[in-house]
Amino acid sequence: MPSNTNTRPDQQHYVAPIEETPLVAIDSVKTDGKPSNLWIDAWHDVRKRPMFWISSALILLVIVVALAPGLFTQVPPNNDCQLANSNGGPAGGHPLGYTKQGCDIYSRIIHGTSTSLSVGIIVTVLVAVLGIVFGSFAGFYGGWIDAVLSRLGDIFFSIPYILAAVVIMSVFSQYASVWVISLAIGIFAWPATARVLRAEILRVKNADFVMAATALGVSRFRILLRHVLPNSIAPVIVITTISLASAIVAEATLSFLGVGLPSSTMSWGNDISAAQTDLRSAPQVLILPSIALSVTVLSFIMLGEVIRDALDPKARAER
Amino acid sequence: MTETVNGTKVQRTSAGGDERPLLEIKDLQVGFTTQDGLVKAVDGINLTLYRGQSLAIVGESGSGKSTTAHAIINLLPGTGHISGGQILLDGQDLTKASKHDMEAIRGRKIGFVPQDPMSNLNPVWSIGFQVEEAIKANGIATGRKEVKKRAIEVLNQAGLADADRRLRQFPHQFSGGMRQRVLIGMGLAADPQLLIADEPTSALDVTVQRVILDHLESLTRELGTTLLFITHDLGLAAERAEQLVVMYKGKVVESGPSAEILQNPQHPYTQRLVAAAPSLASRRIQSSGSIAAAESSMQSDAGHAAGEAIDLIATAEARAEAMEAAATAPPAIIVENLTKVFKIRGSGEFTAVDEVSFEIPKGTTMALVGESGSGKSTVAKMLLKLEDATSGKIVVGGKDLASTSGRELFELRSRMQPVFQDPYGSLNPLRNIGNTISEPLSTHGYGTKATRRNRVFELLDQVSLPRTLISRYPNELSGGQRQRIAIARALALKPEIVVLDEAVSALDVLVQAQILRLLADLQSELGLTYLFITHDLAVVRVIADHVCVMQRGKIVEKATTDEVFDNPREQYTRDLLAAIPGAGIELGA
Repeated sequence: MPSNTNTRPDQQHYVAPIEETPLVAIDSVKTDGKPSNLWIDAWHDVRKRPMFWISSALILLVIVVALAPGLFTQVPPNNDCQLANSNGGPAGGHPLGYTKQGCDIYSRIIHGTSTSLSVGIIVTVLVAVLGIVFGSFAGFYGGWIDAVLSRLGDIFFSIPYILAAVVIMSVFSQYASVWVISLAIGIFAWPATARVLRAEILRVKNADFVMAATALGVSRFRILLRHVLPNSIAPVIVITTISLASAIVAEATLSFLGVGLPSSTMSWGNDISAAQTDLRSAPQVLILPSIALSVTVLSFIMLGEVIRDALDPKARAER
Repeated sequence: MTETVNGTKVQRTSAGGDERPLLEIKDLQVGFTTQDGLVKAVDGINLTLYRGQSLAIVGESGSGKSTTAHAIINLLPGTGHISGGQILLDGQDLTKASKHDMEAIRGRKIGFVPQDPMSNLNPVWSIGFQVEEAIKANGIATGRKEVKKRAIEVLNQAGLADADRRLRQFPHQFSGGMRQRVLIGMGLAADPQLLIADEPTSALDVTVQRVILDHLESLTRELGTTLLFITHDLGLAAERAEQLVVMYKGKVVESGPSAEILQNPQHPYTQRLVAAAPSLASRRIQSSGSIAAAESSMQSDAGHAAGEAIDLIATAEARAEAMEAAATAPPAIIVENLTKVFKIRGSGEFTAVDEVSFEIPKGTTMALVGESGSGKSTVAKMLLKLEDATSGKIVVGGKDLASTSGRELFELRSRMQPVFQDPYGSLNPLRNIGNTISEPLSTHGYGTKATRRNRVFELLDQVSLPRTLISRYPNELSGGQRQRIAIARALALKPEIVVLDEAVSALDVLVQAQILRLLADLQSELGLTYLFITHDLAVVRVIADHVCVMQRGKIVEKATTDEVFDNPREQYTRDLLAAIPGAGIELGA
């Protein structure tokens, strides 16, 4: 031990008064707060953000409109069109005016909601299911399963899903329906989700709690379902929320390009497409459904961002 | 001697009565702005350090010791800021120094050696580039040749032979110890008056730690550098520094000459630390001749006042009493010629575990000691059948592990349970404590929902945690509490064998002492057999009956704990023993 010969007078043994530095029980348990884990904390965080309430309210409104358009308008969107009203401005009972065919714009937007939303939801479910199954199996089981599934994902990933959907829809144009268009979009959109999930699974599957469960004799599949997947799913929820928005856009794009839903089906994309010829003379006919599209898409993107922030404890601490 | 401070010539007397301290901290306050307002990490500390002295700040995580070090060089992380007090370096107040001034002070006047040698060197630049950068930044040398010459000098000084060749190498080609030497070299490159070392060896193996600290000590003595170092290990601090400052919750609870504090700790917190430090307990048992003698010598001592639950010698004594009966028990585990060979892509094979054989008598503890890469954790994984053995035999309860599968293996798993090192990784953060502890029960179809719940309550009682935790989540708990939950989960199926893989290594000393006591109590209560895997020989002295020392996949020494400590046969064991800090400390009593 070093010698103490050069201790200076002002370095003598000092002991703090015990009143000023009271001892606390070692490692005492605090249970005064409410139980909390990632999801509970995220909920508490999300609750405080106006963005969450605004986007949720808008999404809820869109859902209600899609389920019960009759609550919002009594005007039939298709049957009551009169060419005399072509591109006409607002009139009594027709607050947003008329399309080129003389149909009520407001009514068409309201009735088109369910198409956009259905495509969004069907694509999202499809992407989530394919992405979760492929991503988690590839990440968790590794080896040849990973090799096969990942290469398969790469093949689908190498083709832009919108391009693929255009091709599929032009080939199968006679079968065009909400289901077919959703399938065409979803079948090429899942690899992104699968990749994100696979990376998360790879991170989580080496955790000690997974090893502890293995040592207990819990089966591999059950470990995946119970321990690994719940801890990897957060980013998937974020990207699926946002992918719902891109699916809605994709449907509009396909319809706009004329390879989407048949023109008899009411959809925002079809309306935007039909209005493009008169963009100069009657821009509102194109702009109004576009606004409906943008607001819906924006709501989902905003919700996705709020959830992403809430699920990332680091981002939460920095705010 | 004349020096320029703040632009004015200052006359400084040589060592004498009214000598000015090199570093003086007066009533320093450091706060962090958080969601709940200002949190004080350092709350009014005082510290005085003279030229050529060495001082250690000791404390647990969260005590404010690292924050103090970072405040001195004004590199507080995140929202931290100095909210009051003074830091005088040779009379200049660093809390008032401008950014520009600080840049000149860092490196040139104050050198800094960071904690983690793995992350503090940039992996994409060569060692030479990084050392030369430090030299250029401090303006010690100019011109390419001069800078390179100085870089080689610095690395040679830091104890790296062959430095001119090594300059071209990259961090991944260096071991942890060598990287730390590089960082020490960079810290000392500009010949600073003060060197701050923040846990400089915590991430290193014990034998490497000793060599590095020896070198640091002789180097600073040679250069006359004043040394301030931060550590959580009281034994290490007392061995390496003349002056000690013990910090607790942002305050200094005790300070003064090391020997005096260690022999006569006054503050109850320091008394706790002294009683709970494994290195000190191990030394004390060693110097007293036996555990019983050490215990009786502690009776009158300050350590006893700290409370039995964290007094390691009391733990050892309690264990020793319970163990006498189990001395001749039949083996619970027999391991014979166990070998594990890993295939490495490109470079052939690597033998992680090489013909390892041992037996653990029922109801006793065997410690498997070794440094990183010795293969000790691989042995644990093979035992738990998380990893298949390449060859050899593991017999548990009369059954050969290699030939069991399916139903039999499932059965066998319930008799042997692990507790892992990382308290933050070993519990599923999304499952509540009740579900976590009852998972073994539901997996093995134990009882009904109600009986499982009762068993969870019973287990929580056994690990001294409140029953209300059943509906809580892991992120609300401290590391020690999580480790208790992991122990409860391991005990749920009433196993005979528990494999403790570095189970207390990540914990603060007081918490570690508590868990060690808990493990000892559970062992005598339930007749458990422990395989205790650790790198820390000091802990072994307190907890184990038998010791196997592993080096590079082989067991080099195998004996009872007393034999290994009193009469080590192998040089490697002697090195490990010598590396336990506190060798030269005269302990009180």
